[in-house]
Amino acid sequence: MSQENQDRSADLVSAVKILPEFRGESSWEVAKEKIPELMAALKKEGFTYLADLTGVDNQGEDPRFEVVYELCDLSSRRFLRVKTKVAEGDSVPSVSSIWRTAEWHEREAWDMVGIRFSAHPDLRRILMWDGYPHHPLRKDFPLEGLSTEMPDIAFTAKAPLEGGPFVTNPAALSQDREPRAHPAEERSL
Amino acid sequence: MARTAEASAAGVTEDIGEKLVLNLGPSHPSTHGVLRLVLELDGEVITKADPDIGYLHRGDEKIAENMTWNQFVPYTDRLDYLAPLANNVAYACAVEKLMGYELPPRAKTTRVICCELARISAHLLGLGAFAMDVGAMTMFLYTFTEREKIYNLIELLTGARFTTSFTRVGGQTRDLPPGFLEGVREFSQQFVGKLEEFGKMLSRNRIFVDRTKDLGVISAEVALDFGLTGPNLRGSGNDYDVRRYFPYLGYEKFDFDVPVGQAGDCYDRFAVRMEEMKQSVKILQQAIEKMPSGPWMVHDPKNVLPPKDKVLTKMEELIHQFLVVTQGPDAPVGEVYFGAENPKGELGFYLNSRGGGVPHRLKIRAPSFCNLSILSHLIPGHTVSDVPAILGSLDFVMGECDR
Repeated sequence: MSQENQDRSADLVSAVKILPEFRGESSWEVAKEKIPELMAALKKEGFTYLADLTGVDNQGEDPRFEVVYELCDLSSRRFLRVKTKVAEGDSVPSVSSIWRTAEWHEREAWDMVGIRFSAHPDLRRILMWDGYPHHPLRKDFPLEGLSTEMPDIAFTAKAPLEGGPFVTNPAALSQDREPRAHPAEERSL
Repeated sequence: MARTAEASAAGVTEDIGEKLVLNLGPSHPSTHGVLRLVLELDGEVITKADPDIGYLHRGDEKIAENMTWNQFVPYTDRLDYLAPLANNVAYACAVEKLMGYELPPRAKTTRVICCELARISAHLLGLGAFAMDVGAMTMFLYTFTEREKIYNLIELLTGARFTTSFTRVGGQTRDLPPGFLEGVREFSQQFVGKLEEFGKMLSRNRIFVDRTKDLGVISAEVALDFGLTGPNLRGSGNDYDVRRYFPYLGYEKFDFDVPVGQAGDCYDRFAVRMEEMKQSVKILQQAIEKMPSGPWMVHDPKNVLPPKDKVLTKMEELIHQFLVVTQGPDAPVGEVYFGAENPKGELGFYLNSRGGGVPHRLKIRAPSFCNLSILSHLIPGHTVSDVPAILGSLDFVMGECDR
């Protein structure tokens, strides 16, 4: 290995923050700029299967969003979670050139949570229709839905469930959303 | 791809005339639900395919963030609605992983039986629908006769034929009813013979073989790159099976084979499903043999529903029942990913908990979603008449794809 390569991998290793293990799963956190380099290195390392990619909205935190990658190394049966944080309006480098399955997962994260992915070949909405103005899995999106300005496609009146007994309040904290639920105490993450 | 290459080799330029855009679906019998494909045709050959999904999107993940852990179980019935029991089990196992529970042996073996019954039932439907799509109408009637028997068993077990909602965090709603294991044994004994009949009907059927061999070929590398799992991945020669690679529910103690294909074409995917049903029967018979006795729920009174008979007679259990039903299990802070080998592939749940009774984020990694993402790569180069065969061989469910 050349000196330059060694420096780069040492640089990459120092960029990774290893989070405490939980239920036998190891998680790494890394700055979003390092994602393409780290993911390419991990795929080379044997993590050929990207099981899942999730966008998480941590409303009230800064940066607001989180992208979670679940990787599997099938030959040595290892599992690894990689997480990266991204602020509202910012974008994460796409990994769709490394695993093509990420193409649809990233479209879904954009559609549902509103996280942008740079260098994605085709970042369109996937579950909602083109031109839908909201991102439903954001915490400030209410469960009963929001009206849109497309009268023939979506409802413009209030949703039938609005105000019903099972509709909860839009809020970041779970006990505010579902007041009947077990209260989440002040516990550090 | 091969056919377009042939056409250009024969001196036919690809740009003769205008390209035709054809909408297949969302309501089309071969799309098994509400999948819409926008196909661009050059004559008979498809040059571009753009799958359009989301017609069955119900916002399950949003709903999950607004209810307690146990309340979400009925929603999992409606993911892969051809194998609701397997979805219940996968979801319950994911939450139990978050809670840090180790299930008692009886609960594990009960769940293995649930999963394998669901696998047989889902593969039977997939098989019947696939055969019907390529013209073998009668197959559907044969497989549905067998499915009916499984439905009767499921009704005996859960009280419902379709929307089972059988599991709870920490166990099941009830213990096995009397006569259930005998019913499963009876079913599995006669099913092997039926399976051979089905094999004879299709595997040497000239029309079926002609319409499925060397069609929709996926290589093992491409399959994994697109995140294909289940029989679709194994049909291409990769033997990834969650039950083998990351065993859960004690699957490592069962003796079964993981069938793999070689060519990665539609026929191999069909053959893998046929063999998988045989292996499921093998697992069922072992599970009946060694069904342990003992408790079928985890012991954690504050977070797990107590047995119903005790709720009705004892004070303590009544209080616990009230707390667990209203507040939900008190999950710790943390995040887990749990993948289960479902009939369609790896059904994964990513649970992000901030503590309390409600998930902060629940992501469903649906196998059909990933299996369909390969369509825009796979379909171009085939003709329109090949599309039903390819879709049938991928055996997807839109309820799970769109969530």
